[in-house]
Parts: sequence; structure tokens; C-alpha cells
Amino acid sequence: MATLSERILGGNAGEYVDRKVDRAYVHDGTGVLTLEAWKRIGSDRLTDTTRLSMLFDHIVPANNSTTATLQHELREFARGSFMHFSDVGCGICHQIMSEGIVLPGEVVVGADSHSCTSGVFGAFSTGVGATDMAAIWLTGETWFRVPETLGIHLSGMFSGAAEAKDLALTYVSRLGMDGATYRALEFIGDGVAGLSMDDRLVLSNLSVETGAKTGLFYADDVTVQYLARAGQTVKPQVPEPCTYVQELSIDLSEIVPLVAVPHRVDTVKPVREIAGLPLDQVFVGTCTNGRYSDLARFARIVKGKSVAVRTIVVPASRAVLAEAIRTGVLAILVEAGCTIGTPGCGPCLGAHSGVLGEGEVCLSTANRNFKNRMGVGGAIYLGSVATAAASALEGEITEPEVS
Amino acid sequence: MKGKGPAVCVGPDIDTDLVIAGRYLRTKDHSIWVEHVFEDLDPSLAPLLEGSVIVAGKNFGCGSSREQAAIAIREAGVVAVVAPSFARIFFRNAINVGLPLIECDLACMEGCLVTFDLAEGWIEAEGKKHAIPPLSPRMQAILSAGGLVEYWRNQR
Repeated sequence: MATLSERILGGNAGEYVDRKVDRAYVHDGTGVLTLEAWKRIGSDRLTDTTRLSMLFDHIVPANNSTTATLQHELREFARGSFMHFSDVGCGICHQIMSEGIVLPGEVVVGADSHSCTSGVFGAFSTGVGATDMAAIWLTGETWFRVPETLGIHLSGMFSGAAEAKDLALTYVSRLGMDGATYRALEFIGDGVAGLSMDDRLVLSNLSVETGAKTGLFYADDVTVQYLARAGQTVKPQVPEPCTYVQELSIDLSEIVPLVAVPHRVDTVKPVREIAGLPLDQVFVGTCTNGRYSDLARFARIVKGKSVAVRTIVVPASRAVLAEAIRTGVLAILVEAGCTIGTPGCGPCLGAHSGVLGEGEVCLSTANRNFKNRMGVGGAIYLGSVATAAASALEGEITEPEVS
Repeated sequence: MKGKGPAVCVGPDIDTDLVIAGRYLRTKDHSIWVEHVFEDLDPSLAPLLEGSVIVAGKNFGCGSSREQAAIAIREAGVVAVVAPSFARIFFRNAINVGLPLIECDLACMEGCLVTFDLAEGWIEAEGKKHAIPPLSPRMQAILSAGGLVEYWRNQR
């Protein structure tokens, strides 16, 4: 009787195993060091490149000639090696992985900490650094310590204006920034069936903010139907009785809109407690909340109105952007005064467009509010899409209304 | 592996953005990371790091997977980082670039001498000796080689 991580990795919690990886990916940031480390190993060998991906998402398009030259070298290498390559404008690596690439039961590693996101498909998906990735490029495998698992039992349904982001901030605040270090999270219970894949992606995405290796859901009918739309035929995973080292229960009906306040993701307050805080920027996007359903929800709230503060919306992928164009969501956002960015990570990491100035305050739908992350002296509050939309209209942190 | 150095104390939950900020990542020039290491935590730390042992609170290295954080600390001349716990990606990154990490809950006194012997499994500060858990055999082999690149170069 095993946890999903134990089943996928084929070992018991605490054991060290060597495993072939089904998918390994880097982005324009971590790819540079990965290529450097791979060259230093001194082999010209690459594992089966059909399992490797390189996706440009962090600084897209390049912001200066240093970045452009680094990206040029990576692009040439990726094309020459015949690995899967996703260029500027295609979208965030984790989002592309969730558009029909990662499948249930796979072992997936990404050179980015939010690679935990793909755990949503019932895959063991985790982040590694550049040198680990270079060795994976060489051998196609890596070592894992099979993690103990922390079970998060979900029950009930959302009420009021609460959404998946508020649930994610709830579990992160209850576990703390290191509450699941060296462990995996499994999201289970009656409350799971009512969550869409986009909801679940938010929960898996924030798992690393508790220190977890990954945040898994068992593939169910919702997963099967989602992947069928992406052209993939998969079967549900049947949970077995298993042992969790710790369990946490959350009733979705008790969740209220929350924000994580600077500079910790695990320090949250109900929106109503800090309502009225003036904002300089609202940012909607990222691997947490940049999907089509997020943009559509934001558009429903701002439709026919004008935002009162600079508002940057960055679709998570080209597919998201294309759907927003097709359905008219993009026009609503632009007419409301939003600025639309190139699909990618956008201002989340503070390296290019959308950087905060000294003393500025941003309400962001991202997953990190670390000190100076979006710009030196800027303050980041993390909240849901509905909170971001209500706040954008008022120019201050605002409790979203029940839709 | 043995080492010693004066303690440089930092707090808990130091994320890798604080070790090296995102605005300095887009380069292959490691000296830029050394120049700006811990800048957003405390700009006065960098000059203290050469030959030191960083003694941190829990969950050191959380957040971004950026390996530049481990490289910056190593190339700043830090002998080892000691903390009650490390974020797991940082843990792998540090060993992979040859930076020793020691899991130990050490009360930090700024500047006090910290000595350790990984093979014998102990760390000592202010006259108190603490046992430290061994790394896995694989991680020991990687660290002994000087890092994962050197480990694989030796395998070829």
C-alpha cells in the first residue's frame, strides 16, 4: 500500500532510487547554466532528446543584448540538438507542460522550482537545479529520495468569492514555508472532484512554497477529460490505502478571500482586514493564475468598467492568449485599461517589464512575495484573480464581491 | 572533508532571491553574483564571507531553484553553510557545485570559530560538539569529487 509518489518512483519513503525521467525541461534562465555545466562535463552526449524541452519564458522577448546573446546561444543549441523547443511568446514552461505534454504516472523534472505544478496530473514532477539537469541531459536519469507524503484532505465546495488561490494560501499558511520540506503533498478527499484542472493547477503550483517536492492529485475523470481535450488518452489512477506522515483537513466552504502580505507567502490575512491599502500596480498572470479561466474571470468583473491603477495582464501561454482573443476576453481587458504582456512569466521575477519602483505596492496573482522580488523597495501582496480584479477597479486592495 | 571558519549569522527562511536577486542572473560572469551576494538581505555581509561558515536558521535556500545562489556563496569563499534544515533544491544544488552543507541547529555567535569534520560526523562551536547526520553515499561521492560536473567527468 503506497502513496502516489511511492508508486511512481517505485520505492518506499526514505529510500534513494535512480529513475529514468520521462520529461526534463529548462527555461531561458536555467538553460544557460545547464548548458554551461553540460559542456564542462566534457561529453557531447545527450540522452534521447525527444524527452528534453527548452522553453523561453522568463525574459521574453529579450530585454537587452546580454540576455539576447545568451538566448541566441541556447536557441541555436536547442535547435541543433532536436530537443523540443518553445520560443519567445509560446508561454510559461509549466503551462506548456500542462497543455498535453505531462501525463499521469510520469517522472518529470524541470529546472525551475515551480515544476511541482505538473504533479496535478498524477505525475511525480519536481524542480532541480542546472547541474542536476546537465547530468540528466547526459544520462536521462537522476536520483531521488522517495519522499514521505503529507495528505491534504479537501471537503465541501467554495462559497462566496473564494477561489482556488485562497485555498492554496490557506494550506501554505497552515503548513508554513518549510512545513513540507523533503515531503510530497497529496490532495485528496471529497472536495477534489468539484475542482477544475485550473483550480488544481493552482494548488499544485504553490506546493513548493511549503518546501514540498511536488503536489500530487490522482488522475480522475476531470483529468482524463482535460487531457482528452489536449489530444491525450489516459486512464484514471485508483488511490490505494496508504500512510501519510501528517494530515491536514480543509473545508472549502470555510475559505475566505485572502492575501499573503510582504514578504512571506505563509503570512496571510483576510482581504477585508487590509482592504483600502492603496496600490500602484495589479499583476494578473504567472504559472499560478495566468490561465484562460483566470483571464475570463478577471474580464467578467472589469467588463464595461475602467481599472483605476496600472494593471498588467500576462497570459500564461499563446494558447491562452489565442482563446482570450477568440472569445472576446482580450478586448474586454484592453477596453478596461489593462496592459497585455507577452505570454511568459512577466513581472513575477522582477527582471524585466513590470518591475516595481521604490515604495510601490503591487497586488499580484503570482506565488512569491519575497523582499525586492519584483523590484528593489517594492511590496508584493499575493491574492486571487477575483481580489485582483476588484482591487484593480478601486486602485486599492478590495474584497471581491460574490459573483 | 574538514573545515573551519568564523561564523556569519543569518536568520531563518532565507530565500534564494535574497542570496542573489533576479536582476543579476542573466550573465555567465560569476563575479557579478559574488559582488551582489546577499545584497537584498544585508549589503554588509558580502565582505565577511571569505573563509567563513554561514550559520543560518531553518529552511535556508527556499524559493527559486536558481543555482547561482549556491555558486555565489561558494565563490564568495564560504567554507560551509550550517542550518537546521535546507530547502531541497538548494540542498542538491549546493552539493552539486561542491559547497558543503551541514544540517545542525547551532546557536550562532557572530564571528565565533566553527570547525567541522564531515567524515567523522561532527561540528564544534563555542566548545560544544554536535553530531551531524551523514549525507547519502551518492551525495558524499559528489561532494568528494568537488561537485556533480567533476563526478561525471571522473565517470567518463
